[in-house]
Amino acid sequence: MATSFELNGISVTLDVDPEMPLLWAIREKAGLVGTKYGCGIAQCGACTVHVDGVASRSCSIPVSAVAGSKVTTIEGLSNTISQAVQSSWQKLNVVQCGYCQSGQIMSAVALLTDVPKPTDADIDAAMSGNICRCATYHRIREAIHDAAKSI
Amino acid sequence: MNQISKTSRRDILKSAAAGLVIGFVWTPNRSAFAAPEPAAKILAPNAFVRVAPDNTVTVMIKHLEMGQGVYTGLTAIVAEELDADWNQMRAEHAPADTALYKNLLFGMQGTGGSTAIANSWMQLRNAGAMARAMLVAAAAKEWKVPETEITVKKGVISHAASQRSASFGIFAARAALLPVPTDVKLKDPKDFNLIGTELPRLDNAGKINGTAVYAIDIVRPNMVYASIAHPPRFGGVVKSFDPAPAMKIKGVIKVVQISSGVAVVADSFWTAKRARDGLNIEWDDSKAEKRGTAELLAEYKALAQKPGASAKKSGDVAAVKAAKTVTAEFDFPYLAHAPMEPMDAVVEIRDGAAEAWYGCQFQTIDQAAIARVAGLKPEQVTINTTFAGGSFGRRANAASDYVVETAEIAKAMPPNTPVKLIWTREDDTRGGKYRPAYFHNMKAGIDEKGDIVSWTHTVVGQSIAAGTPFAPKADAIDTMSVEGASNLPYAIPNLDVNLHTTKVGVPVLWLRSVGSTHTAYATEVFFDMVAKAAGKDPYAARLALLDQHPRHKAVLELAAQKAGWGTDLGPNKARGIAVAEAFSSYVAYVAEVSRDKNGGVKVDRVVCAVDCGTVINPDVVRAQMEGGFGFGYGLVLKSAITLKEGKVEQGNFDSYDVLRMSDMPKIEVHIVPSTEKPTGVGEPGVPPAGPAVANAIFALTGKAPTSLPILKKGLSV
Repeated sequence: MATSFELNGISVTLDVDPEMPLLWAIREKAGLVGTKYGCGIAQCGACTVHVDGVASRSCSIPVSAVAGSKVTTIEGLSNTISQAVQSSWQKLNVVQCGYCQSGQIMSAVALLTDVPKPTDADIDAAMSGNICRCATYHRIREAIHDAAKSI
Repeated sequence: MNQISKTSRRDILKSAAAGLVIGFVWTPNRSAFAAPEPAAKILAPNAFVRVAPDNTVTVMIKHLEMGQGVYTGLTAIVAEELDADWNQMRAEHAPADTALYKNLLFGMQGTGGSTAIANSWMQLRNAGAMARAMLVAAAAKEWKVPETEITVKKGVISHAASQRSASFGIFAARAALLPVPTDVKLKDPKDFNLIGTELPRLDNAGKINGTAVYAIDIVRPNMVYASIAHPPRFGGVVKSFDPAPAMKIKGVIKVVQISSGVAVVADSFWTAKRARDGLNIEWDDSKAEKRGTAELLAEYKALAQKPGASAKKSGDVAAVKAAKTVTAEFDFPYLAHAPMEPMDAVVEIRDGAAEAWYGCQFQTIDQAAIARVAGLKPEQVTINTTFAGGSFGRRANAASDYVVETAEIAKAMPPNTPVKLIWTREDDTRGGKYRPAYFHNMKAGIDEKGDIVSWTHTVVGQSIAAGTPFAPKADAIDTMSVEGASNLPYAIPNLDVNLHTTKVGVPVLWLRSVGSTHTAYATEVFFDMVAKAAGKDPYAARLALLDQHPRHKAVLELAAQKAGWGTDLGPNKARGIAVAEAFSSYVAYVAEVSRDKNGGVKVDRVVCAVDCGTVINPDVVRAQMEGGFGFGYGLVLKSAITLKEGKVEQGNFDSYDVLRMSDMPKIEVHIVPSTEKPTGVGEPGVPPAGPAVANAIFALTGKAPTSLPILKKGLSV
């Protein structure tokens, strides 16, 4: 059964099992592999995308649940907040292995969209669902503050 | 792993030259990610540097970029000697080719032991200088001027007198036709203008916009996806299974038994996993490990009461008549590496060839392993190394476990069928290759003056090296079990470090900083317990015993000074300090902790000092210390793999707990200026992290955490 939704501003129809997690539909059927698999049970945040603007764990949402929704992945980031976040990530050399960073950035963009000047506590609350095994947390926190200043 | 052998400049030159002797040719199919221009137009004086007519300079990176920054650091070394502009530099993983790309400290191609910079330093300086000399020679020939009148700066070749200048790209093709110089002059380090500066990471862009390629992202024509059911106990084997129910699921292509379990192959990962989850397999556990953590701990504790094989002995601990004796026991759980990218690989077997794509950390070993499965010679196996989503040692294993699995499945498929194997998080957590569990029994004697006069340290645990090509010779001590303990830096006159190596059927492996993951914790926390018993300040007590180890002393002093050691923090706060050497780099941390309103303990601030010799990139050094602290602290705070009747009790991040944003303190890193040869930073930030926090908790609460992790289920510090 096919599911139709908007993916990074483009209407797509994916002919997949409606129970297939959005993550795998995006990666293997739509071919956008910037969104990563880390745990499969919404515990690590590597698969974070925006569904109608809300940071969501795509590994734990069946593709059928986003029918008619707007889904944004790391490949589809384009607004001012996104650009500020990515620019601060670059400036502060946040990444190490990089595998979790698509998810980190998606969560950070969602945070700054809701809370333009987050405190450390806001950041802890919004970002603690995104695991980074390289422990780049210190720089992620700094980069979010840096991006907030530039927006 | 941590012995850095002395490699002379001549050896390195010989090694660099060896690449030329066997005639290195750049061919497009050597790497899936590059389509180099025809070789003749590219200046490729050695296996490491390619200067292209488009003015890009590409450095072939023989080490796996898994976050530690080798793309940036190794490229900077070449750029320095080449006098290139940083913006023209590119990095690309080198193919598997032991002759060209072996780790000079291992003798095989592979990444580990924080050796990437240390072993490549002179090799890449020469490689860059060679390319520079040839560009200069080509310009001199074209401009008909002496080479000595030519200067090179930021990627521009100039002749001042005739006011001529050109980019590298202009002369790449012409330089490629010139003879390769056999001996080149290297820069005086005082003339370095890239090394020691904060060059931006070369892998930033792709990792920020989602285009960086990991094994899980590889797509090949006709590719299929695989998921494997492993035995629930280590050492278990398949007794029987019924493939029929799985085959009924739409999209399932094949169900096949392989050496490590049963694999399901399908047209998508999700389908393969779903079918795998539904398999009904009967396992034969007759030879499996069935002990649990409680039984193993009891056995280890009993063993630790008697001395084991001697790892280090000086003076005579038995003859010491101490005024006061301090004892402690420490237990450390098994630990999973849990890199964010679970184990995965893509392998395709063709007629007379095989090709693989993944974050390969041991090229020489993996290449031979794939060749064995495919019935090929190692040189018939091409490995395209991708970025790895972390490893922390997991991808460097002598068994090439997940790589062999992928190759076995590919072998079971028709030729020319690329197979992508993806382990689930649960597969990864339960898949073995853990940092072994250890038990430490420690005893120290203090004399009337308060001096530590004896130190006895018994370590109990499995050998990581046993059964691998890295195994110690018969009767030799397993150095990886005691590194960090047998080389205790403190001047204590009577020292006895000994080891019981146990045999347990749980597969074990090195984890970021190897033996020092537990020895640094035991020695540094016990040191504070002894210092307290002696009525001494732990920082001052350390300094007093480190006259023979000035680099330990220097990092301690720098960290203590920057942290304001000795100044008043106010109520309900305390500091802890710890130092360790690992892989010839030295790191000290001061951690500040406070009691939070719930009665728990929170780490507020961490100050780090590091000495890693000559610094290639201070920002990467800082990043590795920040991350190394977080990794080491997270392990002792939260992480444990436990067994019940031989089965791993954890599966995903809901049960195998790791450091999260809310746990991460503010951290500042200070670097000791040095002109010593460069040493690694990937691992050395880990060992002193846990003990610095534990010592702060000890100072705050009077109770040192000796059973890890600190936060056990239902317990708070």
